[in-house]
Amino acid sequence: MQPLAISRYSIVNCLGAGSRAVADAIRGRRSGLVPCDFETVALDTYIGRVPGLEEARVRPDLGAYDCRNNRLAQLGLDADDFAGAVTGARKRYGAQRMGVFVGTSTSGILEAELAYRRRDPQSGALPPGFRYAETQNTFSLADFVRRYLALEGPACVVSSACSSTAKVFGNAARMIATGVCDAAVVGGVDTLCLTTLYGFHSLELTSRGPCRPFDAERDGISIGEGAGFALLERMPAATGAAVALLGIGESSDAYHMSTPHPEGLGAKLAMERALASAGLGPSDIDYVHLHGTGTRTNDAAEDRAVSDLFDAVTPCSSTKGATGHLLGAAGITEAIICMLAIGRDLMPGSANTRSVDPALKCNYLVANREARVRRALSNSFGFGGSNCSLVLGAPA
Amino acid sequence: MMRAFVEGVGLVGPGLRGWAQCRSVLAGNEPYCPAPTAVATSELLPAAERRRTGMPVKLALAAGLEAFAGAGRDAAGVATVFASSGGDCDNVHLVCEALAAPERQVSPTRFHNSVHNAAAGYWSIATRSRAASTSLCCYDASVAAGLLDAASQIAVEGEPVALVVYDHPYPEPLNAVRPLGASFGAALVLTPRATARAIAALDVVFVPQKAEAARMDDPGLEALRAGVPAARVLPLLAALARGSPETVILEYVAGTHLRVAVTPCA
Repeated sequence: MQPLAISRYSIVNCLGAGSRAVADAIRGRRSGLVPCDFETVALDTYIGRVPGLEEARVRPDLGAYDCRNNRLAQLGLDADDFAGAVTGARKRYGAQRMGVFVGTSTSGILEAELAYRRRDPQSGALPPGFRYAETQNTFSLADFVRRYLALEGPACVVSSACSSTAKVFGNAARMIATGVCDAAVVGGVDTLCLTTLYGFHSLELTSRGPCRPFDAERDGISIGEGAGFALLERMPAATGAAVALLGIGESSDAYHMSTPHPEGLGAKLAMERALASAGLGPSDIDYVHLHGTGTRTNDAAEDRAVSDLFDAVTPCSSTKGATGHLLGAAGITEAIICMLAIGRDLMPGSANTRSVDPALKCNYLVANREARVRRALSNSFGFGGSNCSLVLGAPA
Repeated sequence: MMRAFVEGVGLVGPGLRGWAQCRSVLAGNEPYCPAPTAVATSELLPAAERRRTGMPVKLALAAGLEAFAGAGRDAAGVATVFASSGGDCDNVHLVCEALAAPERQVSPTRFHNSVHNAAAGYWSIATRSRAASTSLCCYDASVAAGLLDAASQIAVEGEPVALVVYDHPYPEPLNAVRPLGASFGAALVLTPRATARAIAALDVVFVPQKAEAARMDDPGLEALRAGVPAARVLPLLAALARGSPETVILEYVAGTHLRVAVTPCA
């Protein structure tokens, strides 16, 4: 593919609001995971929670969209002066020439979960004031972002579980390549809700402590919430961009709805396709951000794929021990962590991981490593066997 | 402008039992007789997976497989775009109901079926396809979003893509706030070049202006189109059924539309 400039990005999660806060937390090897105190949830697990969402409100003119997911979207759009950069781009390109391709897994389902507790005892009806289209529906996020940024080009939500906000880079790249738009806002948001907390618990995939990716004693995920956005433009138009999207690879497992292919076949295909799309080989990659959720099977399958493709040499790690698993927002969050790694020449170590599982072969970083990062590959794998890998790098 | 050739079509809906049987109804040569949507689960899914699938997955699989049969093409290896407004609406209701009960018991199957890409996951298992697949939502404009993405994939990758759209109504109480009318699924197998099986060429253009969407002549089919987001594809299928050159307007996100020029293949 033609590389695309990433001229601005923003990030918010339990490590903080904005690139600097998140980068500082990673440099300081800080984890944002805390014992679960979300809503009325009584589960013995840790979460990565963004403070202040209960008190936050979306911009008054978009009040109908007010829900936890869109509140966090707004925090993300305001962080790192992202909305300001989009305003600048809108003046250059025109609102109709800018697309919005964002991802979410659960959107505003929390609103429906809470509304179901307040059904009319006689009729069973949902409480008055429940706004389905603006909160619960999966498209709500793109609708909100498009209106918040006053963009008028193409838009949609990609919702493919934990690969959602990696795959949006592909939608945007295709729309720019075909001239449907000149620039695009990508990224997305997922927020804490009961469906994912109780759902992953029923699958026995939540850890009782803070998650420990690739650890010999890893026992599951910690669920987190977060937002991340990136502004994609054609290269010549965005000189001075520090980082670019170089390649993207997508695949399906064709194996199981909630368990990865044990040999990581789908994962390996996604990475191979991403490298081919970038016109690069494994040795061109300096660092791999693993999906690294911290479950027994996910880490084992990904390890097979990564150690096979990269000969167990390329440094790699997961930052989910710091942020938790941001589910639909994992793809954009970890793509941005790769961008931070490229900008700062810092390969993040793995918070909470004590001793790497000797059965896993890849070159897993527990401690931070200061080394040149020209190009990074980021993995995102989801339920339904949906896989996506991104290649990011300094522009040539 | 992006060009894609239609090689195969799939259709399942109320009184609509397959593209082959419904062509003349869509073309306006036979009356439309509404009846409850009837769809079987694909035999391609392993028995264990078959038991776990709800109506939306059945709709997607039935429409998709009919389109591939028409195209005479193996689905394995063909990229897919799934588009739906609500995904598995029965499942969403049951999860919300379970979470409102004191025990908060959500079964593993309920949970993994709650993802918007459940249909894509089952499709990949049924067809043994490791090709790229995406799952989109654009509220009432999900058909337009799916067609635009599929057309852009054809233009950029130069490989066939299948578009599958489906919707299934919520039960109450969600039905009251988001009525989806009926169960409906449709699919198109699209290719970058004309093949012997090609029915028509589609030239897809994104237009950032408001326009009146194409409607169905038959009042029953028009009610279906207006009532079910996935059924917004019907005017495009009707143009394909008539086999005449036509331009179809599909509503997209607020203030925009797609203009689709349909040119039948000789």
